Amino acid sequence: MSLVTLTIDGQQVQVPPGTTILAAARQAGIRIPTLCYLEELNVIGACRLCLVQVEGARALVAACVTRAAEGMVVHTSTPAVRHARRLNLELIMSNHPRECLTCLRNTSCELQQLAAELGVGEIRFQGEVSPYEVDDSSPAIIRDPRKCVLCRRCVAVCEKVQGVSAIAVQERGFDTVVAPAFLAPLGEVNCVNCGQCSLVCPTAAIHERDETEKVWAALADPQMHVVVQTAPAVRVSIGEMFGLEPGSIVTGKLVAALRRLGFDKVFDTDFTADLTIMEEGSELIHRLQNGGRLPLITSCSPGWIKFIEHFYPSLLPNLSTCKSPQQMFGALAKTYYAQKEGIDPARIFVVSIMPCTAKKYEAGRPEMNSSGYRDVDVVLTTRELGRMLKQAGIDFDSLPEEDYDAPLGISTGAGVIFGATGGVMEAALRTAYELVTGATLVSLDFEEVRGLEGVKEASVNLAGTELKVAVAHGLGNARKVLDAVVNREREYHFIEIMCCPGGCIGGGGQPLPVDNEIRARRIAAIYQADRQMPLRKSHENPAVQALYREFLGEPLGRRSHELLHTHYTPRERF
Amino acid sequence: MSVACKCSGELNSRMDALLEKYRGQPSALIQVLHRAQELYGYLPRKVLQRVAEELDVPLSQVYGVVSFYSFFTIHPKGKHQISVCKGTACYVRGAGQLLDRIKEELGLKPGETTEDGQFSLEVVRCLGACGLGPVITVDEDVHARVRPERLSDILTAYRQ
Repeated sequence: MSLVTLTIDGQQVQVPPGTTILAAARQAGIRIPTLCYLEELNVIGACRLCLVQVEGARALVAACVTRAAEGMVVHTSTPAVRHARRLNLELIMSNHPRECLTCLRNTSCELQQLAAELGVGEIRFQGEVSPYEVDDSSPAIIRDPRKCVLCRRCVAVCEKVQGVSAIAVQERGFDTVVAPAFLAPLGEVNCVNCGQCSLVCPTAAIHERDETEKVWAALADPQMHVVVQTAPAVRVSIGEMFGLEPGSIVTGKLVAALRRLGFDKVFDTDFTADLTIMEEGSELIHRLQNGGRLPLITSCSPGWIKFIEHFYPSLLPNLSTCKSPQQMFGALAKTYYAQKEGIDPARIFVVSIMPCTAKKYEAGRPEMNSSGYRDVDVVLTTRELGRMLKQAGIDFDSLPEEDYDAPLGISTGAGVIFGATGGVMEAALRTAYELVTGATLVSLDFEEVRGLEGVKEASVNLAGTELKVAVAHGLGNARKVLDAVVNREREYHFIEIMCCPGGCIGGGGQPLPVDNEIRARRIAAIYQADRQMPLRKSHENPAVQALYREFLGEPLGRRSHELLHTHYTPRERF
Repeated sequence: MSVACKCSGELNSRMDALLEKYRGQPSALIQVLHRAQELYGYLPRKVLQRVAEELDVPLSQVYGVVSFYSFFTIHPKGKHQISVCKGTACYVRGAGQLLDRIKEELGLKPGETTEDGQFSLEVVRCLGACGLGPVITVDEDVHARVRPERLSDILTAYRQ
């Protein structure tokens, strides 16, 4: 394939045919500002901030949608280009609320950054302001159309990555708004609360529900025994909020930081991830041996759960009945832990730190109160915790490394890898293999199920039976696997589905920004954390073994069913 | 603002036939919406849900198209159709005040229908009677040089 040669700002650049001017400029180290552009997902040339001058062209062109051509001569910073970009940004900001100082995205807003970068000195226009009010109907996601710049990045992600399309562009002209059909509240439609929209929103037009005040209040209440659990993915991402490189493993600092905030006990969702493997692995073996409904599909990811309830209700019997590790933790904190420590469960306040916005919805589901109380009181996303730590003046990077509290903080490497796509599958295989065959695994690393490939398949010999498994992440990929199952094109025994691209490390509550390179670095950190653990198989977790001995009895036993398993609700498609 | 859906069995079976023809064809969306509105006189929510399901287009996108084009309406049409001309001539002669007055009298905005099902309101551009502006039509009747204070009498005549 012959390359195309063009000149950008006097530099000769060679690119494959079909490359846009924007990509060619990036290759040459020339930055062209963008706002609506989202690589591969939203390439619409709408915001007109990437305008450049092409010699011979009638007018300035949008670099994101114009392909490089042989001999093309491009200028990215002429007076006309700078003037046009600045004017366009000024127009975009003409109806944007100027509340930057009190905005959730203050200092992390792309519009704010662009205003600084393009040198917008004043906003000369006062545009018609959006007539729509804040939509806070969802327990997870808040929409603020006043702050929306109509870039459509959220719409693109919801449709093309997740295949949900809960939101789209509605109405026209000054009334244009990104909203569900019939302008219905987000909390009443088929939104799965994944929060991928909040990861790509350049402003605060879509963001997580901030619940930090509830946690501050609990921490300040001397009557409450406040415990916290941290999801696997948080330890490889929260450092990014404090300027550390993506993929920095900060487990010990995270524990120390939570103690500094005043939590009475710092526990780990990895503990109940190990427990999930005991229950779900047993469920798989039980279904395999007793002709139960197959394929068994994992149930840890609450965005995925709401998705299947809306879009594939006929497959609900295939879902594992296991609660997610977050909810197992809540149920045990207010029963097993309360009894063990002699604390009145009414005084125990359970906080989760999750990479996930959908966990907020999950914790509020009416069935999630098997302890007799609401099992998990408040779910904070990684971003919310980062903000709390900043408010508390904690210098994260200089903290010492501390260990989780026992017993609900003891875990194995199998628990850690729940944070990456393929991790639940791999953890389950490690345990199922040893429980079924009685042999010890030679290699613990199931490489076939790792990585960012959208759908991964593998086959494992389990004492003479070929166990066929599939792993999908991102709901668009989940659809492919489910359609293949429904249409009987593929047969599997066990399927792992994670709602968000990359798994929980790419969750909707994670630090901004997120792209595939950052996902890959967080995933690498997850597997490094796994390798560093002395124990790497869930069934070898001594605290989990003690839990069964002292309290639960056996996997799938009566008490497990009461506390650790759940049921699902078929929902309308729209 | 809701009038009971008058989706009768016959309408529904014609809708079924329409959807059967275009099942799984997202590109037929606008065509199907046109036909559906011909059938029902407006686009009931249930019908839009069926269109979304059968054509395999997300409901949010179906509504995006319906709310973009002023031709489509999700409100049932009233017994009497009021059209206010907002063409240039009528506009400068006070069409805006007429719309304000109708809103006061009937609580109607363009595209809506009164709760008793009597009147629907729409805005049109130039009826070709610029010399008579501002002009409104009620059903087939053209009313010329309408002053806001005359509106009440004009509309009462259609009530009965």
